[in-house]
Amino acid sequence: MTATIIGFVGPKVLRAALSILVVVTLTFVVLRASGDPALQILGPSARAADLEAFRRHWGLDQPLSLQYLRYIQAAFHGDFGNSMLGGKPALDIVLERVPLTLALMIPSLILTMLIGIPVGAYAAMHRDSWVDRSVMMLTVLGFTVPSFVLGLLLILIFSVTLGLFPSGGADRAAGFVLPVLTLGIGGAAIIARFTRSAMIEVLSQLYVVAASAKGVTWRQVVRQHALPNAIIPVLTLFGLMLGGQVAGAVLVENVFGWPGIGQLLVVSVANRDHAVVQVILLLVTLTMTSANLLMDLLYGVFDPRLRASSAGSH
Amino acid sequence: MPVMMPRLKTTSWMDLPTRAAAGWVLLMVVAALVAAHIAPYDITAIDLRHRLAPPVGFGGTMLHILGTDDLGRDVASRLIYSIRTSLLVAFGATAISVFVGTAIGFTAAYFGRLVEHVLLLMIDVQASLPFLIVALAMLAFLGNSLPLFVTLMGLYGWERNARLARGLAIAAGAQGYASATRQLGAHPLRVYVRHILPNSVATLLVAATVTFPEIVLVESGLSFLGLGVQPPMSSLGVMVAAGREYITRAPWMLLAPSLVIVLTAVAVSVLGDWLRDQLDPTLK
Repeated sequence: MTATIIGFVGPKVLRAALSILVVVTLTFVVLRASGDPALQILGPSARAADLEAFRRHWGLDQPLSLQYLRYIQAAFHGDFGNSMLGGKPALDIVLERVPLTLALMIPSLILTMLIGIPVGAYAAMHRDSWVDRSVMMLTVLGFTVPSFVLGLLLILIFSVTLGLFPSGGADRAAGFVLPVLTLGIGGAAIIARFTRSAMIEVLSQLYVVAASAKGVTWRQVVRQHALPNAIIPVLTLFGLMLGGQVAGAVLVENVFGWPGIGQLLVVSVANRDHAVVQVILLLVTLTMTSANLLMDLLYGVFDPRLRASSAGSH
Repeated sequence: MPVMMPRLKTTSWMDLPTRAAAGWVLLMVVAALVAAHIAPYDITAIDLRHRLAPPVGFGGTMLHILGTDDLGRDVASRLIYSIRTSLLVAFGATAISVFVGTAIGFTAAYFGRLVEHVLLLMIDVQASLPFLIVALAMLAFLGNSLPLFVTLMGLYGWERNARLARGLAIAAGAQGYASATRQLGAHPLRVYVRHILPNSVATLLVAATVTFPEIVLVESGLSFLGLGVQPPMSSLGVMVAAGREYITRAPWMLLAPSLVIVLTAVAVSVLGDWLRDQLDPTLK
């Protein structure tokens, strides 16, 4: 049993760790090799001596390999360098913004579930009805409308025309409404489509037919047999959707003037603030990799067949 | 005795939504091709006496059908040129993405062993990262020019296309024709380019129709953030970003490009679904 679990978990953890290392290395090389931050920050009219001093101060005059080793070493101690603008530790600057981004992402993920799963399940149970068809058409819109367009349209409707909600600002509770809605709608469309197809597949399974045949009410068949089985694949979709949510957050934060990680990233990238960009990339990588790992493991918990076959093959 | 007519199969012709989608895409392509001839004004032509003029039907005149922006530039003209830029970027990038993906996928399938493991790891890494974040960092650090931007957008979806191409090559290797040509003495490159590639083209083409609208969206997103297509060139995202500043006074500046982005993305994905059903019913 223990061997089975190690056989299942081990390779996945190793792969996740390797992925993170690859990202750190690639980002480091691309970011350091691609331009001169001294020139970028001090401007083209800076004196040569000032540029030299700046490079020496930030270790930019060292060979790349040495900079890299130092970076990895420091990273293990939680030191990711200082922001080149203002000189505060990059990690602190980023972590300061994390709660604000989470304050958008967590409610929007919950909203995604609350809308997506019931809508998808309902559409599946009324397959080919007009409700099903209109829901499916709406979901195509839901995930093809880019988040920044959706956000601006919501501002146009709810702030400018109706005056119901503010168009942004993290200082008021009402300021949450539109950004959360913007982030949630796209995700809900994806979840709804996925739930629908998972549910349709489950509803055609023999155990559902058997349950109906022995006289269980339809409502109970759906609640106790079909829905729980349909939700398993939907849960694993979350790992994949998180990436979309992170990218969406970058745009949505910029639409609504929300001072989270997304806004910080755009500003830092424009200023070539290496340290901050690296911390954000690393944070995103860590989050995504652990989310995917978690989903893989959860899938194994929910579906023992997978665990057995995976352990057997390694 | 009545004559029994064999019923012709009528599956392959388009239904109404597909026809509408095809019509819209065609319109966009034509607009992009003949932009210089149909645009009523130059995209930088300023008309200060008609700043923020509303479109026809909202109090505007035929002088500026879709209204004007904050400098009195004609929104319709800018829209046509923006469509051209956005389609150009997306076409170029999709071609690169499919080409690079196929090359990497075939390489992985041909060499196997360590090369395949390393490439698969790279694919996994790319798949676990949101492209927008990667592109944002790369763009600002590598600077920005149109060729560079198109190349960078071409990295979008390479990992998906590579995975697909690898699968196709492995499947082809298991079929008789590939090993037959190989045993006749064909160079591996010939086997891949002349035999496996033509047999994979349909599937890769469908993959391209998935990649294309997504690149349109990423490009407009980056341009919206001010890190994509740079002025004086205009793209749909650039127009949305400009329209955002005048959302209360001139909503048409925002709505016109937004509508084009949404319709184009929807139309291409509807067409892609249709194409998938036609070319490769097994791909789902």
